[in-house]
Formats: sequence, structure tokens, C-alpha cells
Amino acid sequence: MQGEKTPYWLMTQKMMPQRPIVKNALWAFFVGGAISTVGQGVLWFFMRHGMTAKEASSPTAVVMIGLGALFTGLGWYDRLVKRAGMGASLPITGFANAMVAPAMEYKAEGLVMGIGARLFTIAGPVLVYGMAAAFVVGAARYLITGVA
Amino acid sequence: MTFLWAFLVGGLLCLLAQLVMDFTRMTPGQVLVLFVVVGALAGGVGLYGKLVQFAGAGASVPLPGFGYTMVEGIGQAVRHKGALGLLTGGLTAASGGIKSAVLFGLLASLIFKPKA
Repeated sequence: MQGEKTPYWLMTQKMMPQRPIVKNALWAFFVGGAISTVGQGVLWFFMRHGMTAKEASSPTAVVMIGLGALFTGLGWYDRLVKRAGMGASLPITGFANAMVAPAMEYKAEGLVMGIGARLFTIAGPVLVYGMAAAFVVGAARYLITGVA
Repeated sequence: MTFLWAFLVGGLLCLLAQLVMDFTRMTPGQVLVLFVVVGALAGGVGLYGKLVQFAGAGASVPLPGFGYTMVEGIGQAVRHKGALGLLTGGLTAASGGIKSAVLFGLLASLIFKPKA
């Protein structure tokens, strides 16, 4: 990420507070695991109502995104992100959080450039590179195997 | 049993993302982008599909599952429509998630006020 290891860069590295790596990792594991388990519960619910696991994964994402947006609006999810880091941000609920949190915060800048644009502060890059990667992977498989 | 695997695999993916963030000092946005791309790559070689099969939501709820979903969708679309599927398949498969994220996101941002 960084360029050269200039004296200034080394100095900033020394000044940065040490991160409690083990504690962060444990929080991420348990919170991420818990959110995934909730997701599994939702998936199980849809499967009990006659969907296959594959069919059920789309409505499960919808429900989890709805929950993520709701809890972000209520102000709970950001507290969870602060504590659990990627444990809260990596699940799809965190994707909803990354959309709602900046949009809500910049509401004052208006419906278009406030909410409309800020919804995609994080979601934008994720979609751009996700789509690009999926296209490249799909195209490579298509070229190699003839079917993707 | 799937619930236990969902917990373990979902937790491990998040733990891995947290370690990447802490060791490389990437920003959360950069880590999310990295994991979507990794999900697409792992989906392309058939690894992520296996993970989804036994860990269910533990693999599909974390963000790499999103990259995987798009790759799967492209595969399906190419089988039905040929090369055009490379352009239409990804978003078709992910449309439920993307559209609901935009709608719920818009709704929540309109209704709720930011907490100081």
C-alpha cells in the first residue's frame, strides 16, 4: 500500500497506536460467526417453506440487508462495527451498514448528492470491483472451457 | 450441524478479514473490495461453491459470497444465452441483494436521523 519506506513513513508507523490484534480477531470471529448463524436461521426458514438452498440464498440476503439497514438506522450497528470490526462489516448486514451510515450522516447535503451519492461511498467500489472480477473470472472460464 | 459450520466458517472469514486489516493497515473499504474479488476468484475455481454447500450462510452471508453469487450467475447465463451471459448473469444473480440494499438503504436514510 505505502510507497517507499521514507523516514517520515517509519515515524508515522512508530507513532500509530498498536492494535490489539488478538482481541480484535476474537471479536471479529464471534460476532461474524453469530451473524452468519442468524443468516443460517433465515436460510433454514426459507428452506422449510419449500425452497432449495440455492433458491433460498437470495431472499436470505434480502432479509439480512433489511436487518442491517434497520439496525444501522437505530444506531446499534455502528456500535457493533466499532467493537467487532470486520466481524460486523464483512457479513452482508455490514454492506447495508456501509450504505446507510454515510447516507444518513450526509442527509443535510440533500436527497441527491447527500443520500443518493453517499449510499455508494463503500458500496460503489465493492460493486465496481466485484462486477469487474466476476466478469474477468467468467470470461476466463468461458475461454478455457467453452462454458462458464 | 450446518448451523455449527455456518458459525465457524462465517466467523473464520471475518477473523481473516480482521487480520488482513490489522496487519496491512488497509481501510475497511479496501478489505471489503479485496474479499469480494477473492470470493469471485474462489468461485471461479469451484472452491467457494463447496464452502457454500457445507457451511450455508456461513459462506453466503459474508461478502465473498457476493462475488461468488455473481460468478455463479454468469456461469448459468452463459449456459443459456452464450457469451452475452457474461454481461447479464452477474447482476441477474445478485439483483435481489443489490436492489434491496438500495431500497432499504434509501428508506433507512430517509427515516432515521444520525446519532451524534
